[in-house]
Amino acid sequence: MIPTVYRVSERSVEYPGTFTLKLEAENPEPDKLPMRFAPGQFNMLYAFGVGESAISFSGLGSDDGNLIHTIRAQGNVTRALERLKAGESLGVRGPFGIGWPLHATVGREVLIIAGGLGLAPLRPVIYAGLLGHLAAIRVRLFYGARRPSELLYREELAQWGQQLNLEISVDHGDGTWPGHIGVITDPLQAAQIDGANSVAFLCGPEIMMRFCIQVLLRKGVPASSIYLSMERNMKCAIGLCGHCQWGPNFICKDGPVFCYEDIRPWLQIRSL
Amino acid sequence: MDYRLQASDLECLIQAIRNKGYLLYGPTLIDGAITYGEIHSVSNLPQGWTDDQQAGQYRVMRRGDKAYFGYAVGPHSWKKYLQLPRRPVWKVAKQNQAIEIIEVQETVPKQAFLGVRSCELHAIAIQDRILSQGDYRNESYRQRRAQLFTVALNCTSAADTCFCTSMNTGPEVTLPSDLTMTEMIEGREHFFVISGGSEAGTKIMEKLPLRPISEGERKLAKERVERLAEEMRRGPRHFDSSDLKELLYRNLDSSNWEKVADRCLSCANCTMACPTCFCSTVEDTTDLSGEHAERWERWDSCFTADLSHISGGSVRADTRSRYRQWMTHKLASWHDQFDSSGCVGCGRCITWCPVGIDLTEEVRTIRALDQKQVRNQEKP
Amino acid sequence: MKTIADLLHEHPFFRGLAESDLQFLASCGENCVYHKGDYLARENSQANHFFLIRSGRVAVETFVPHRGPLCLLTLRGGDIFGWSWLFPPYISAFDARALEDVRSLRLGGECLRNKCEQEPKLGFELMKRFARIATERLQSARIQLLDIYGPDHQGHTA
Repeated sequence: MIPTVYRVSERSVEYPGTFTLKLEAENPEPDKLPMRFAPGQFNMLYAFGVGESAISFSGLGSDDGNLIHTIRAQGNVTRALERLKAGESLGVRGPFGIGWPLHATVGREVLIIAGGLGLAPLRPVIYAGLLGHLAAIRVRLFYGARRPSELLYREELAQWGQQLNLEISVDHGDGTWPGHIGVITDPLQAAQIDGANSVAFLCGPEIMMRFCIQVLLRKGVPASSIYLSMERNMKCAIGLCGHCQWGPNFICKDGPVFCYEDIRPWLQIRSL
Repeated sequence: MDYRLQASDLECLIQAIRNKGYLLYGPTLIDGAITYGEIHSVSNLPQGWTDDQQAGQYRVMRRGDKAYFGYAVGPHSWKKYLQLPRRPVWKVAKQNQAIEIIEVQETVPKQAFLGVRSCELHAIAIQDRILSQGDYRNESYRQRRAQLFTVALNCTSAADTCFCTSMNTGPEVTLPSDLTMTEMIEGREHFFVISGGSEAGTKIMEKLPLRPISEGERKLAKERVERLAEEMRRGPRHFDSSDLKELLYRNLDSSNWEKVADRCLSCANCTMACPTCFCSTVEDTTDLSGEHAERWERWDSCFTADLSHISGGSVRADTRSRYRQWMTHKLASWHDQFDSSGCVGCGRCITWCPVGIDLTEEVRTIRALDQKQVRNQEKP
Repeated sequence: MKTIADLLHEHPFFRGLAESDLQFLASCGENCVYHKGDYLARENSQANHFFLIRSGRVAVETFVPHRGPLCLLTLRGGDIFGWSWLFPPYISAFDARALEDVRSLRLGGECLRNKCEQEPKLGFELMKRFARIATERLQSARIQLLDIYGPDHQGHTA
């Protein structure tokens, strides 16, 4: 399975080391449909000669064929992707994996809980909520980050604050920061949540998700209504290379989004 | 329908297969081990040789007879001819800002395997389910497999490290094969009982100087295989594998993993020798001009730090977690993933472990610890 | 006009307490407003009060030389501040500064201690409530210490 060549049409820096690429197909074949994806799925982005990295979709699943990916430069591949300028080419394989169960939001309150870069794979869900594509009662976003300068999509966050219930928590901040300082579990703990009628989507560092899940369970959100996106090393993205195994699961094809109820025992096992 | 092929006519079989355009591979003595290599004639087979295998030990020895297949499995499995240890995947050319990615189209040879043991047929069937029967396929594997011709062999003797009876994968060949044989040496009589299992197999048989087989000979051949199975079931490496998944899932935090980790070198030999281990990785490189890049796929192992590497480090940072991953994947989670065990009882991981870690012994130890725990819990 | 007991009743900290208990505690309480920039408590000063925040944001801070005030935590309506009044020498460990206009109900520390001694059953109930919140704050502080969004834990597939 070989990648399709895309070109960087726009590049923006979220904060130093973290950037968003907008990609368009280099030679769109007239009879070929643009890539369609489900929120929570991912692509393998190939940097020439360096390798591939699994990157979630962060954009709108619109029909113009453009892809939006937010990337943190932390390895050889993502650092090479960071060096790409507008007009330069890269390879794209995808979409892969199982995304967020949007059908589970019908008639429920949706709690989107994102930590750090974990907001990126959840942005398509937020878009779906804002566009009224979710038959949810209400969409609430809890977003935790290290400090105000390390927030993703800052302009959009300001807009979202008007359109949905938004709680941002930073671990460190000064007096000028208008939101919560502490940890993401604080606003979650303080929130009035109708547990039985809520569905939660979590993405962020594994520790953050574990602590948030404890709060959600205390608030009566059933384990079967909690979904989280897991991370492991992905090479082939199609269940053949064995890298992303986690107990009986292949993160690439059985996930990355899992229902907490199904994976609960595996989360307890360390270094699995 | 069973026939009799004189041992002296084995060459006819080899040439009949080769004449059909197959690249024939079979056992041959290389570097002091009976391993798989290309077979041009019967003289390439390790006739009159056998092997002695123990945990962490392997050596070849002379037999007292002229058997062609009087040994068990060697260091390599057939895997190396189906899931290539290293293969090119794609090439990329870069010009100015544009790149072009071209899939490497492989010319896949027609291959035939001579002397495939029952455990190995099971191993191939297991790899089929992973690499060629899912939603996505390894095309190189699929094409090689689609053209494969197999001559299977019932085992009438086993190495001490063999435990196919525990895994229900032998010694009798039960899976389909183009041809299936049993080698018989009865006093001065040396022959093969041979039967066809496919149209391709029948066509090859038509080329052979076959004789009808007597009911007595047929029965005798069957008895030889059954007798071996019985011996193995009484042997020290036989165990009950029916509840391995539950046993290992309940013992992911067993103290035994630490003990294995004290001995395990994380060398990955077991995964390389294993006929079902399928993990692979890719290598991306560029040439000096910076205008051409390639991607190669190669075997990988769950014993490397790199396999589970994510930003921030390796998820399985120590040998304990890597050995646990290997063994529980093979014997437990494989059932959830591919509806069978990933172990066929060939014993290679035992023989080729440089420190002699024995999977069957580890299973027994974990079971003993598990039972002790259950007993402790039952005490009031 | 709401009585102090009414205000106590409205605050989540006292949720579920018997009316008689609230009446009993009300005499310790007073309603007070802090303007933006006012301090509710100062580090190393007498901790005379237990604060129930009704509305507005409060920063729990310490002063770092060469850097200025460092905010460790923000509190808001529904939260409480201060347990230094519980134990001798009754000295505040941190600053608490109003980030905006804050409506608060504060209960005198000594008064509250005396009431708890008089009514040990109520005292134990309040102590459980303090302990739960203190535990939550401790857990939060520990998570904060982990720096979970830092380079070692970064790394979601995104």
